[in-house]
Amino acid sequence: MNRLLPILTVVAAIVAIWYVATIWMNAQWTRDQAERAGVELSFRDIVTDTLAQDRPVLPAPHQVVAELWQLTWVEETTGRRGIVKSGTLSNRSLVHHGWLTLSATALGFAIGTGLGFLLAVGIVHNRAMDLSVMPWAIASQTIPILAIAPMIIVVLASVGLTGIVPKAVISAYLSFFPVVVGMVKGLRSPEVAQLDLLRTYSASAAQAFWKLRLPASLPYLFASMKVGIAAALVGAIVGELPVQQGGLGARLLAGSYYGQTAQIWAALFTAAILAALLVGSVGAVERAVLRRQGMAR
Amino acid sequence: MIWLWGAILFWLAAWALNARLAAGPAARHPAVRLAIPALFGVTLLVLWEGIVRGLQVSPVILPAPTEIGATIAASLPILWGDFVQTIVKGALSGYVIGCSAAVATAIAIDRSPFLQRGLLPVGNFIAALPIVGTAPILVMWFGFDWQSKAAVVVVMVFFPVLVNTVAGLAASERMQRDLMATWSASYWQTLWKLRLPAAMPFIFNGLKIATTLALIGAIVAEFFGSPTRGMGFRISTAVGQLALPLVWAEIAVAALAGSAFYGLVAAIERGMTFWHPSQRGRP
Amino acid sequence: MRDTGAPGEPVIEAKDLGLTFDTNDGPVHALTGVTLRIEKGDFVSFIGPSGCGKTTFLRCVAALEHPTSGTLTVNGMSPDAARQRRAYGYVFQAAGLYPWRTIAGNVKLPLEIMGFSRAEQEERVRNVLELVDLDGFGKKYPWQLSGGMQQRASIARALAFDADILLMDEPFGALDEIVRDRLNEELLKLWARTGKTIGFVTHSIPEAVYLSTKIVVMSPRPGRITDVIDSPLPRARPLDIRDSAEFIAVAHRVREGLRAGHGYDE
Repeated sequence: MNRLLPILTVVAAIVAIWYVATIWMNAQWTRDQAERAGVELSFRDIVTDTLAQDRPVLPAPHQVVAELWQLTWVEETTGRRGIVKSGTLSNRSLVHHGWLTLSATALGFAIGTGLGFLLAVGIVHNRAMDLSVMPWAIASQTIPILAIAPMIIVVLASVGLTGIVPKAVISAYLSFFPVVVGMVKGLRSPEVAQLDLLRTYSASAAQAFWKLRLPASLPYLFASMKVGIAAALVGAIVGELPVQQGGLGARLLAGSYYGQTAQIWAALFTAAILAALLVGSVGAVERAVLRRQGMAR
Repeated sequence: MIWLWGAILFWLAAWALNARLAAGPAARHPAVRLAIPALFGVTLLVLWEGIVRGLQVSPVILPAPTEIGATIAASLPILWGDFVQTIVKGALSGYVIGCSAAVATAIAIDRSPFLQRGLLPVGNFIAALPIVGTAPILVMWFGFDWQSKAAVVVVMVFFPVLVNTVAGLAASERMQRDLMATWSASYWQTLWKLRLPAAMPFIFNGLKIATTLALIGAIVAEFFGSPTRGMGFRISTAVGQLALPLVWAEIAVAALAGSAFYGLVAAIERGMTFWHPSQRGRP
Repeated sequence: MRDTGAPGEPVIEAKDLGLTFDTNDGPVHALTGVTLRIEKGDFVSFIGPSGCGKTTFLRCVAALEHPTSGTLTVNGMSPDAARQRRAYGYVFQAAGLYPWRTIAGNVKLPLEIMGFSRAEQEERVRNVLELVDLDGFGKKYPWQLSGGMQQRASIARALAFDADILLMDEPFGALDEIVRDRLNEELLKLWARTGKTIGFVTHSIPEAVYLSTKIVVMSPRPGRITDVIDSPLPRARPLDIRDSAEFIAVAHRVREGLRAGHGYDE
């Protein structure tokens, strides 16, 4: 409870500030409307109006929650195209779009992490690879790789690859480098004394890898996986912008084009929830694995 | 085909050379340590050129490095204009505002462990969210021009820098703070003379991460709406027109800007944290 | 100006001092019934195993900890008041120098905080570096100096503002024995030159006997004083006094005190 109370306080403060901001930012429109209609407004009127506008400048928290609810549960269970009535997910619901984004993210993340892991092992065991590739891996973290995303989508589309694959490619690319850099650090983390000890046992490089380097690298692996999965999600979202075939990024862009404030916020919140779930699950796996390894904090 | 075979030969020769250099006695020399990755990079470019020319890859899919180079040379005014719009106006201003706000906030909540315990988990959480998704909302509030992009950058860099600064302020050891107490130093004296200098390595770690985030934020935010200039704008429209050499040219500028920005912050870090073991090259 | 109290009054006086920590595993009696008088110019060593309260007592004198029972006065006033009057300098086991300041900059640090003028700062730094045999090293950075030299700089820092009391918590514990011997000698010379009252915590019996005019033997669980030995050795001591019969007798008495307090039990 000691740890929860400060967090809850901060969250409550944020929600409170949000409500105040909602009233303040939407008030201009309310006042304009009232002026046009020649109506006098009391403070109470302003408050009730600003918290329930159709196209607010800033939707109130309860409006966002309501929209989320509408576009997920309600749409799927009662909507014409919802899963209850038609057997497939409705293309208006955020469950459908969220799933599109999530599947690309997960696939890309798995590929990126796998390849990154292999490259890291190569770098640690081969001097030439280390000296030639590592500087580029580190330098690439300073390059805004995400800028390439539209190009990859369009290029792959012109060779016939559409749907989940191009987005997964972007996600893979974005999770690849953090994993490489983190794993190299982790595989190199055992102390010199530990490695020397194994040498006195005449252990081979493979034995040293499986018995020492790999277990020692796990904390680093999980730390970079958390960064990588968040990056993969962003990659999938950005990958949905050029070719609008659904997904949370497409919803964000569509909402932005048509001025549908509530739609933008709902999509953004879904993305946030997705990010929390993804990073949280990596964290949960991390805790479970590290506890078994005796490395739990 | 001769291009392809030439490129592959070059690759094998360069690989052999790199392997020799890496295994040889000269591997410690700084010039050699620079040459090896440079050779690797050049090899990639040669392979790229060879594959594109040898296999007759359409420039709509993958243009050759030489063609990209030509495009860069021919489009300098456009590239410069985009650079100023996105990097100088959008990313840089957002970076400065966001980082200063984060450091100031960290100092402001320094005296309240309660607020720290609350703000830090929330900050870590927000830092993991796809902040670029806020771009459409910020465009709605601040308009299409660079201000909304700067706003996205502010949101993106704020939390990582805040988390790092708070960690840095906590880094001074108990013993050091006790010593300050024996001299009856005030809170502000302790902050200014001990805790802020000791926090510098952490703060710069956050500032370096923030350079990349700033660039990404500014460019990607432009995918959501921008006046007719800017790197993100240029990339998305050029992609739509399948003018890929221009896209690659913009990306090259972005890569250069990213490395230069990061390098600048790293250079300042070396100057300000010359005393830290990581900067001294452990003996 | 420094208040040192009326002559004949003890510089540090503890009466039935007690400090109990409340921990998750129950109360920890770090100090119980500590009664002690330290006169001006004394060199007092505190020796005992871990948990006997020697560091805790020093920290109480420095007002870094606050006792839960009994009384403690420093220069006739409460430790907090004495701390505000900058009555003492503290030396920790680690030199704790700021790596971003030069040696001179480090020694200046307390002077800056206490508001000495620039000219005074320069002069004091010069004097005190000469006192610890580090003149000429002012412009170097701490990592360029050996461990022993860093510790000397830390002592210089504690002397810079003319506090009458010097509190040292195992200052030479991290150094090898050869360096330690030399620093012991230098510390005694310093003490003779400056006439300060020194409280010194140590783990080493020969060090305690060599340096002190008074040795306080303590033992743990609960933290208490087992013996207070007024040293018969003369004030001026060459290093080879450690082979003399008197020295060995005092060391023996210290060892007996430690055994009596179950200091050798684990």
